[in-house]
Amino acid sequence: MKCLAIAKKDILMYYLKGPVVIFGILLPLFLFLAFWIGRNLPLDFLVAGLLAMTVFFASTSVSPVVAPWEGQMRTLERLMACPISVSTIIFGDIIASITFGIGIAIVPLLLGMAFGLSFSFVVLVGIVLAAFCFSCLGLLFSSFPTNMPSTVMMISSLVRFPLIFISGIFIPIQSLPSWGKTISLLSPLTYFTDIARASLGMSSFLPVYLDFLALIAFSGLFLILAIKLHERALLSRL
Amino acid sequence: MNVIEAENLVKSFGKIKALDGISFKVKKGQVFGFLGPNGAGKTTTVRILTGIIKPDSGKARINGFDVVNETIKAKQSIGVLPEISNAYLDLTAWQNLMLIASLYGMQKDEAEKRAEELLREFGIYERRNTRVRGFSKGMKQRLMLCMALISDPEIVFLDEPTSGLDVQSARMIRGKVLSIAKEKTVFLTSHNMDEVNLLCDEVAIISKGRLVTVDTPERLKSRVGGSIAIEVSFGGKSELRVDEMNVVKYGDKYVIYTTNPYQTICRIVDFAKQNNVEIISINTRTPTLEDAFLKLLEVEK
Ligand SMILES: Nc1ncnc2c1ncn2[C@@H]1O[C@H](COP(=O)(O)OP(=O)(O)OP(=O)(O)O)[C@@H](O)[C@H]1O
Ligand SMILES: [Mg+2]
Repeated sequence: MKCLAIAKKDILMYYLKGPVVIFGILLPLFLFLAFWIGRNLPLDFLVAGLLAMTVFFASTSVSPVVAPWEGQMRTLERLMACPISVSTIIFGDIIASITFGIGIAIVPLLLGMAFGLSFSFVVLVGIVLAAFCFSCLGLLFSSFPTNMPSTVMMISSLVRFPLIFISGIFIPIQSLPSWGKTISLLSPLTYFTDIARASLGMSSFLPVYLDFLALIAFSGLFLILAIKLHERALLSRL
Repeated sequence: MNVIEAENLVKSFGKIKALDGISFKVKKGQVFGFLGPNGAGKTTTVRILTGIIKPDSGKARINGFDVVNETIKAKQSIGVLPEISNAYLDLTAWQNLMLIASLYGMQKDEAEKRAEELLREFGIYERRNTRVRGFSKGMKQRLMLCMALISDPEIVFLDEPTSGLDVQSARMIRGKVLSIAKEKTVFLTSHNMDEVNLLCDEVAIISKGRLVTVDTPERLKSRVGGSIAIEVSFGGKSELRVDEMNVVKYGDKYVIYTTNPYQTICRIVDFAKQNNVEIISINTRTPTLEDAFLKLLEVEK
């Protein structure tokens, strides 16, 4: 499959770089520690939050910059001259991003198990679906018509960091006021955090099947938008 | 049989009309040259024909497949060397070739066989496992050519394949183009007249998004209106005015095309005497494709 060749190229070119991998693990860990220190939160609550954040950051770390970077490095035209469509490139980018997201998720999973927590297998399905959904979001960021990776990074940070705070990572959604609950429904991260909590035996905010449905709906929305916008952005990248 | 057909292609970028109704046909097996000054619309034409961008209006077909509606099929039978593009610097030459081969849907063993052949032919086989980052410009361009040829395409698009290369590398690439031309149709854009003269069976001259003419290099040269070109330059400012003569001015030089050089030179000398200007240099040569090119662009203005 042609998109697998694209994914392989992405992994070799952009993901298998020391700093990328290390940053993928360290960023969520530091954010997490910053909120953990001095607060008395239960371990399972924290590990679920860490897992959600790790998958979220990993799947949206590199995926937004691949397209502008390829425009700038002038490899995009070489790719587009091959018998493939824009969506092949997008699917390839998404597959690479999912792979990275899942790979990095192993770290908090093992950490949780080392602390004696046990996950139900639902978490695995959740991780795959969440990595897919967040990767689609990453590709939506990268559809901004620019060849400047820094511009796209800025846009994606402007969205990603606020999402962390409205997704029940640090404060359980159940304890938010009703307007807070409503806002949290806008973040796809909310649903994966909820799945992670449920998989550790905690009570979830929504029924788990609804969490899955919401992730699927967000993925579809992001994906369709990303393909449309990337097709439009192509010309300004050449 | 026509393997490339363009019908009335129009493309604008904002207010700039890059292509203003371009039509031509390229026959199977031909080397078709696309010659034009900077910004004439050569790259835009190549991008439309190779399915990278869509025309605003007009049609183009590759092997009978419409480049807009049947893009993938049209692209399948072509190989492309884009004007400014790069291989992946952090991948090896081999990995780059395998990537492109997969994107053409080639089988692994077929791709490997073809890659080895090409790398050997282009003299970079020994370096196949080093990252492209360390390649010289000439080596990179050779690799880009290998990437354009990996799928053994019927039609090859080369957008200024030798620009920016030193004489030796450019010469090697031209040699390769000649050997590619033996079995494939080649669409070549260039600024370089000698290159076009050497390689092409037919040349289209394009200026400001319009085709000025399509003809063979030899006929283009004969169209300048004389068998001999006389180049003359004068000291001081003076306007060469000689009746019934075919004069073109380039910078501080005049070029006169004539079939009767003796008579023409006499008249130039008379002109110099009458107007009391000095002749700095005068020499004769056969008209080149460049003369044809500049003359045709002059007429176009
Ligand atoms: N992506 C683009 N956005 C805006 N304008 C463009 C774009 N691509 C081309 N143009 C404009 O269209 C015109 C034709 O450009 P094109 O690149 O086709 O010329 P060219 O003949 O290939 O020139 P060169 O010899 O410099 O390569 C130019 O005026 C150029 O500025
Ligand atoms: Mg060009």
